[in-house]
Order: sequence, then structure tokens, then C-alpha cells
Amino acid sequence: MGKLLVEDKTIATPGEKLAEGMDFLPDEGTFREKDKILAAGLGLVSINGRLIKVIPVSGRYLPNRGDVIIGKITDILMSGWTIDINSSYNAILSVKEATDFIRRDADLTKYYDIGDYIITKIVMVTSQCLVDVSMKGPGVRKLTGGRVIKVNAHKVPRIIGKRGSMVSMIKNATECNIIVGQNGVVWINGSPENEIIVINTIRKIEQEAHISGLTERIREFLEKTTKKKIEIVKVE
Amino acid sequence: MAYTKRNDGRKFDETRPIEAKVGVIKRADGSAYFKIGKTIAYAAVYGPRELYPRFLKNPEGSMLRCHYNMMPFSSVGDRVRPGANRRAKEIAMVTDKSLLPVVELGNFPNSVVDVFIELPQTDAGTRCAGICAASMALADAGIPMKGMVAAVSIGRVDDKLVVDLDYSEESYEGGTVADIPMAVVSTTEEISLLQMDGEISKEQLKTAVEMAKQACSKIDKIQRDALKKKYEVKNE
Repeated sequence: MGKLLVEDKTIATPGEKLAEGMDFLPDEGTFREKDKILAAGLGLVSINGRLIKVIPVSGRYLPNRGDVIIGKITDILMSGWTIDINSSYNAILSVKEATDFIRRDADLTKYYDIGDYIITKIVMVTSQCLVDVSMKGPGVRKLTGGRVIKVNAHKVPRIIGKRGSMVSMIKNATECNIIVGQNGVVWINGSPENEIIVINTIRKIEQEAHISGLTERIREFLEKTTKKKIEIVKVE
Repeated sequence: MAYTKRNDGRKFDETRPIEAKVGVIKRADGSAYFKIGKTIAYAAVYGPRELYPRFLKNPEGSMLRCHYNMMPFSSVGDRVRPGANRRAKEIAMVTDKSLLPVVELGNFPNSVVDVFIELPQTDAGTRCAGICAASMALADAGIPMKGMVAAVSIGRVDDKLVVDLDYSEESYEGGTVADIPMAVVSTTEEISLLQMDGEISKEQLKTAVEMAKQACSKIDKIQRDALKKKYEVKNE
């Protein structure tokens, strides 16, 4: 009979023994060594029936197909742009994926210039981590104005909240436009004072993401800083 | 004159007091602080990130690049000339090799993981302290790892075997001294670093290896506790 050696939702350190016996199966972030299952990195243990998984809590963003991210144009190529996506690798936006039609001899800076920020979608990631992004489809566009901050990409789900409840609460409280990229880049646009409040709130979420009762604490924090009555957004 | 009592009153198999912290450098992807007695090591990890010069790129995985630096004011004697010298380069190389058995860099083609080890204060055992700090910092940076590495130096002072020499023991003049830094992979008890200067008998070396394994398992626990302390879920 197999034996579980750790509890669900605790932190596992690299090489830590998670379970003994063949009853449990190693999922992402774990590996089997003879009859034991060990953690393959630092992360949060998640047990789902017989499957044991370790979800990373730190580290750089790993590009995934389908992710909507915020990137910065860093270079212009012969037929596209290089984009910094706050990851270990750069992404390429090719002319074909930029808009409907761009002439061969066109000046590409007219579309996106170096230093511009864009919301974009990852369409392909190869085995060698070459990343292709596209500006076609809903929600993707060039960003103008506002300001950009970077957060730990693994905390993005907590900033967004369940079905976007957390980010809508901050939006309502501060009347700012906020876009959270899956890669941990956040774009904020509003009045300067409110932008600062948003940044402070996001930093607080980042720091306290692992403590339970997060939404309530953030609501109190926002009420204190904006001096307004704020309700937690209920998303059906 | 035999060595019957250690200069600082420790037991022969006792390390100096250890202090370990994770996440001490804000802008690094992962960082750690490791203090053993009067020796202090900071490690900062950046990456995986793009590797330059380009000819070093390996399409089959990432490169681990360690740097070792003693700060100018770190030693008890003369000012240490900063920058890489022959000794620092060698220590950086052995640090690299002692950590390689645990890190799994196959998923990050063409990139590099940089590890910077800085020593603001030294009292012997710097490469061991550096390896301990680097191992924690790599885990903190979310690098996939099969286990962790702990390191300690075992020495022979006159006729006695001692764990974790300090500078006064390393420069003991009443008899023969040998200094053997060793690094042990926690999960498999593999030895990933073994150097020596001085002289020792075959039997004593065998005992020394066993002593190192015991001491490293204690250090390993301290390292893991430090990592868990940073990330553990707190329920209020």
C-alpha cells in the first residue's frame, strides 16, 4: 500500500519525497525514483486522486500557445518585429500576422515602433522555444498611454481572481483601465493618483497571494486608500 | 601538542552556527543568503535568459554559469583585489560542476542560468557556503531541480578529523592540516565536489566522507526550512 508523505497545498522543495509505493502517479513537476515520487522543483503540492503534481511558485514566464500577453517591441526585422515578452525568450511578430496587408517596401515603424507596448496572442511555441505572436483576433491591440509594471507571472491568476473578480473590483474602485497579461506584465491607465493606488494594490496581492482571505483584505485596503465603499464583485 | 579541543569550543563533528534566508535580492529571479559562523555568502540567480556570446549557445539545453567573488573588504588580512583571479575562476568552475547533477536545464534551449556568488565576509569554507547559497537560490528561481546540494568542509587538524574548519583551524601550526571541501546531493547522497589540500590517510578520508554526509544532511534541512519559510501558505 502506498503512503502519502505530504499534505495537499503545502510547499515541496526540490527532491523532497512526496509519496511511497506504486499507488500514486507522478504528474507535472514530479518524477519517480524506484518506488518513490519526488518533487522536481520548488512548488505547491496538488493532489488529485492518485496524481501528484507540483505547481511552480516562482521563476520566469514560460510561453504557452493561446496566452494573451503584453509585450514590448525591442527590434525591427526585415519582415517583422522582435518582442520582449518578460520571459526567457523573445517573440517574433511577423508582418503577415500584424494587420491585413503591408506592402513589401513599407516602413514598419509606422505600424509598431521600438518601445511600443502591445497586447498580443501567442500562436505558436516550437520545441526550441521560438515564439510566434499574432495581432489578429479580438482584444489584441497597440497600447497607448498608461503605465506598465511587471509582476511574478505565477501570481497572475490571483491578480485576476475567480473569473476576473479581483481585477474588476480594482477597476471599479479606481476607475482605471487595467489589462493583465499572462506573462506578468500589467498595463494600467487612469488618473495618475489612481494608477499609483492600482500599483500598490497589485504589489500587495503579489506579496500576500498565499495567505487566505485575500479578496476581503484587498477590499479593505482599497476602501482605506480610495475612501469609497467597495463591494466584492460577484461574477455569476 | 595534540589538537584536543577546538579553538572555538565546538564538538569535533559540529558545524558553526548556520543562518539561511531566501529571497534577499529583490531584482534577482532567485536569491539566497547563507551564513556559517563568520562566513557569509549571497547568491543571486538570473535566468534562464538569452545567452551571449552566441557561439556558446546549446540548442539542447541551458548552460549553468557560476561566478564567485570575494568582496575587497571580506578577508581578515589584506584587501582582496576584486574581479576574477585564478582562484575565483577555479572555484566558480567547481561550483558549477557541483550543482550540475541536480539542475534540469533540458527545457531551456539556447539560454543561460547565471549564478552570482558574493562573499562580503569570509572565515574559511567560502566555496561550501557559496554552493549552499547557490543551491537555495536556484530553487528560489524556480529552476527545475532533482534535489538540492549541501556542502561542508571536513578537515584534519593534527590527529583529529573536524567538521567545518574555520580560518584558525585551517592555518593551525601545531601539526599537519588537511582541508577537504565536499558537496553532497541530498536525495542520492552522491558526492559532487571533493577537493583537498594537505595530507590525509586513506582510512581517515573514508571517515571524513561519512562525516560530510552527516553534516550535509543537517545543512540540507536548514536549506529546505528556509525555502519553505518564504512560500508556506499561512492561514490566519
